[in-house]
Amino acid sequence: MKKLLLLLLATAVTGAGASAQMLINGAGATFPQPIYAKWFDEYAKVDPSVRFNYQGIGSGGGQKQILSETVDFGASDGPMSDANLAKATRTLWHIPTVAGAVVISYNLPGNPALRLDGPTLAAIYLGEVTKWNDPAIAGQNPGVALPDQDIIVVHRSDGSGTSYIFTDYLSKVSPEWKTKVGKNTAVNWPAGLGGKGNAGVAGQIRQSSGAIGYVELAYARQNGLTFAALKNAAGNYITPSIDSVVAALASATIPDDFRFSMVNAPGENAYPISGVTWLLIYQQQKDPAKGEKLVAFLKWAYTDGQKMAASLDYAPLPDSVQARVLARVNEIKY
Amino acid sequence: MTGPSPVPPAQLLPDHGSARRSSVVRSEGGWPDRSFHWLALLAALTILALIVLVGWELYRGSRLAIHQFGAGFLVSSEWDPVSDVYGALPFIFGTLVSSLIALLIAVPLGVATALFLTEMAPIRLRQPVITVIELLAAVPSVIFGLWGIFVLVPWLRDHLFQWLRTYLGFLPLFRGPIYGPSMLAGGIIVAVMILPIITSVSREILRSVPNLQREAAYALGATHWETIRIAVISYARRGLFGAAVLGLGRALGETMAVTMVIGNRPEISASLLAPGYTLASVVANEFTEATSDLYLNALFELGLVLLAITILVNVIAQLMLRTLAGGSGAKAH
Repeated sequence: MKKLLLLLLATAVTGAGASAQMLINGAGATFPQPIYAKWFDEYAKVDPSVRFNYQGIGSGGGQKQILSETVDFGASDGPMSDANLAKATRTLWHIPTVAGAVVISYNLPGNPALRLDGPTLAAIYLGEVTKWNDPAIAGQNPGVALPDQDIIVVHRSDGSGTSYIFTDYLSKVSPEWKTKVGKNTAVNWPAGLGGKGNAGVAGQIRQSSGAIGYVELAYARQNGLTFAALKNAAGNYITPSIDSVVAALASATIPDDFRFSMVNAPGENAYPISGVTWLLIYQQQKDPAKGEKLVAFLKWAYTDGQKMAASLDYAPLPDSVQARVLARVNEIKY
Repeated sequence: MTGPSPVPPAQLLPDHGSARRSSVVRSEGGWPDRSFHWLALLAALTILALIVLVGWELYRGSRLAIHQFGAGFLVSSEWDPVSDVYGALPFIFGTLVSSLIALLIAVPLGVATALFLTEMAPIRLRQPVITVIELLAAVPSVIFGLWGIFVLVPWLRDHLFQWLRTYLGFLPLFRGPIYGPSMLAGGIIVAVMILPIITSVSREILRSVPNLQREAAYALGATHWETIRIAVISYARRGLFGAAVLGLGRALGETMAVTMVIGNRPEISASLLAPGYTLASVVANEFTEATSDLYLNALFELGLVLLAITILVNVIAQLMLRTLAGGSGAKAH
């Protein structure tokens, strides 16, 4: 019993010791969680006096928590709507961190390399193109023997930033998709099966011959999935890669509030289905000490931190965007 | 994931006169007795308060949607987060159908297993089989889901579903394209998951059947099978029904494994080979990324509907138990 008491006392003391270290809380998007975790881990070596605690509870939760100010910063895979942003008591900024892409993966006999364009992809997901040897697909893939097989459409069943980017793209390239379905983290899918998470979609594709689905680039690369080259706005077929996402980001039009969509970007080598993820940070920080530490961390993240992005299959911000973001970070008041 | 225990255990056992003994023993005991009385009362009330609180919070969270859609929410099939239009019907349908499939498979299997264990199995075999069944209950939901994705669904798609469509395709239940993930796959996964609880409870019920019953049946010249049918099953009928209701409570709320194999399409289809969706699954899937107020409210309302269905099913089960009690009581005594 005495031993137990001593142990409790010891924990209490060390606990008190740890609380001298400043704790900055964040919550939100799950897509960038691996890179954020890496940043916080590495930053602990740069400044041991501050510790970051990030909870990947989803973009919806991230937006809610930063609005109610239960966290010091939020994170979201989709930009906040005007209605939600209006709920903020003071200026709330979107600050892009890294970009990712969504790739189109499929399962066909022999896994041939495929080329697709936006309108065809939209027609497949609308349930209008239902066979693999449909002229719309065959016309773009001369020399590929496409089977007379039903297309099994697979989409995400859970709400996700991946679905947001994908439906955002389809809305941009297909007027029919825009009016019938629209863009969101979850939509009323006109066709197909829902798989839970990237793993659920990839599993479904791997198991059913004739399946097509969309997954994150990072997941697809790490798991060796087959994916299609997509026709971009400039008319070139582009294979998804870190470089082609950076190219998309560099050619996208980015407004002053950073709430932008970079799907179907105009660049020659831009991969069309890509998007950034944001941190949500108040311009006026409540706690001056925390604000100072947060800004110092952000400056580090946009310089040294960005170099770690590619190793985790995220696309770093191109220099032009990086400079603009850093200027914004410098405007944070504390 | 476990629903509220629907039937108090005392009621699962057949009615002896003694069970009806007044439960309030007036005691002149000192403060230990009285304080225990209050403590027990407090514990009982806490559970009641918890359910009321859950219901109230769900109602509070869904007020916007209730106001916006009214009763139409329950009968509309539209679920469109983009234009903020929500209806729960396909999810209610999916929850009820997948649970029903699970019960249809798990109850006969569970009761038969329990009968085998109590009436037929050699003593040496009993304990190992019981241990294995109880191990099933310890397997996490997500593991069943993974097994479902990688083993069960491919097998169903390539074998059972093909067979069903070929030989029973004249029924609307087994028509249409075969994807693999489907209402039937969801029901089968849930059946495996509720099997342990149904088997364990049934076994306890059957064990509580007095040996006198069996001996009396044998004395009348009944065979082994007749003894089981007349003396054991009819005596334990009420309790076995209770076991099924306990299983149903779990089936209604099962989330993770179901969402991994059911196909997640909010659609009402007569075919069991077509994909479906359940209330618990859609809440788990879409809650984290829901941003608009009405969307969140609609998801809360789905939770409220699930709670209401669970309570409703339990009330119906209680009523059926009461009717059943009249029948079996006359036979057992």
